[in-house]
Amino acid sequence: MRELVVISGKGGTGKTSLTAAFAHLARNAVLCDLDVDAPDLHLIAEPSIQRSGPFLSGHVAEIDPEACKGCGACEGVCAYGAIRKVDGRFVVDAPHCEGCKVCVVSCPEGAINFPDRLCGTWYESETRFGPMVHALLDPGLENSGKLVTLLKAKAREQASKFGLDLILSDGAPGIGCPVISSLSQASLVLLVTEPTPSGLHDLERVVELCRHFRIRSTVLINKADLSPEYQTAIHAFCDAKDIPVVGHLPHDPAVTEAMVRGQAVTEGIDTPFGAQVRRIWLNLQPLLEAPSSSFSKEIPS
Amino acid sequence: MIIAVASGKGGTGKTTVSASLVSVWKRPVLAVDMDVEEPNLHLFLKPESVSTEMAQLAVPLLDKERCTLCGACAELCQFKAISLLGKNLILFPDMCHGCGGCLRVCSEGALRKGQRELGVVETGITAVGIPCMTGRLRIGEAMSPPLMGKVRQRMRAIMGKEFRDVIIDAPPGVSCPAMTSVQDADVILLVTEPTPFGLHDLRLAWQAFRPFGKPMGVVINRAGLGDEKIQAFCSEKELPLLAEIPFRRDIAEHYAHGGVLACLDAGMRTLFENLAERVERLERMALMEVSHA
Repeated sequence: MRELVVISGKGGTGKTSLTAAFAHLARNAVLCDLDVDAPDLHLIAEPSIQRSGPFLSGHVAEIDPEACKGCGACEGVCAYGAIRKVDGRFVVDAPHCEGCKVCVVSCPEGAINFPDRLCGTWYESETRFGPMVHALLDPGLENSGKLVTLLKAKAREQASKFGLDLILSDGAPGIGCPVISSLSQASLVLLVTEPTPSGLHDLERVVELCRHFRIRSTVLINKADLSPEYQTAIHAFCDAKDIPVVGHLPHDPAVTEAMVRGQAVTEGIDTPFGAQVRRIWLNLQPLLEAPSSSFSKEIPS
Repeated sequence: MIIAVASGKGGTGKTTVSASLVSVWKRPVLAVDMDVEEPNLHLFLKPESVSTEMAQLAVPLLDKERCTLCGACAELCQFKAISLLGKNLILFPDMCHGCGGCLRVCSEGALRKGQRELGVVETGITAVGIPCMTGRLRIGEAMSPPLMGKVRQRMRAIMGKEFRDVIIDAPPGVSCPAMTSVQDADVILLVTEPTPFGLHDLRLAWQAFRPFGKPMGVVINRAGLGDEKIQAFCSEKELPLLAEIPFRRDIAEHYAHGGVLACLDAGMRTLFENLAERVERLERMALMEVSHA
């Protein structure tokens, strides 16, 4: 089983447009949207949902107002400032509750319940490119790392079920919990960057992240013609870190035009940009075939 | 007044809008980068004499001599940071959320406070005297909200008589880091682009932030690039459209060379001065509504 994970550090560099194009070109892959915070891949892939389910993760404290004697022990032990006194009674401010259970075990009255927390919904779908797994985190909720882990497991199930040996995962921006979870078991990470101060700065941090977790990576420079200086700087950085640059793409409105049509940039109309994406997809194949990296570090969820 | 510049979708121009607003702001202002995973505001504001403060989270440390392997700590821990395996108690400090519960339930005093490095808070000052604060998450650290909490503490320490106004460059997304970064704001600016992805994520951001009841306004970046559905969405939700930054190659190139957009030309300066005025008006109107209610 091979898994290509597309991340970028900086947002808006073109992760989702490229993942959709690769899905169109691969024809033998399970699509997986790991940007559970702000997923967009479904806008191109137009999945028809086959199965869905609740994503339960962790717990949330709830004070039973009947049983609460108002001693305030819970407020004193909460490390997150999630318990407040309102009209003489203590209440949990659910968005700030971390689900640590410390208040539950500290309450002398046993007045605090600790139900499962519903954080979102996962979906198994069909698309014109093949099977897809995706999810939606409820706005403002956390544990997106655990949802990413759940989706990755579902993607593997779908791959086995349909006899497919490739998973294409569209990742989140940043370097935090959902991104770290998306790296687990990746055969190769594609880092999409752009030649700007932010692009280079954020690339340096995701490269460091991949090295920290010992995952192989390769770099794609999108909007490459925006700044020759920063393009040179990205190449110098990749050379110094011994990371192959798999290709360049120009700053081209064809990407947005395809998005507005609801198509992958390689679908429908033939454009020079689409042809360049096809070449990059071919360049990625030998890198994807190389033996997958092994983990030596625990990936926190 | 605290203004948070947020977006849902990444790469829509939060940093461009934040840096430009800071540079046209008429009163003393503090610039704060809350995108601790990938902070970029400093690349444009270029603060000097930066001082760095380490931020840490309290995690348990084990004194093996005292541990009786009762397992109370492992049983309580909701984050799999403590495991009792046979005759070994194993700590996974990377998994710890810093709740302190294990220290409380240990009857033998075998656990004490250690520290995990979350990252740093950097504070500097720009060439024109604007203080600029950045949280920078340690690479490999999964949780950004605790570090953002330290940035918020520093921010409040600097705010006071001199700095009433703060512009916060928020992280993308709509989960815990984004929510943490807008919770102090008086006004939330949502930066989007006129594409299907931009609209979809603007809707998510609006849904996530609406329960705060704070005034929100929209800035469209790369206007003219895709379609015109954002305008329809804004009028349907009664979200004021505060500025439209045109889609122009020279703007993208200016950004690619580290330029602040408000400094590109007179037209851009006026655009951001108007945006600053509209943001202030939005806050005043919200305050009037509260006092009339």
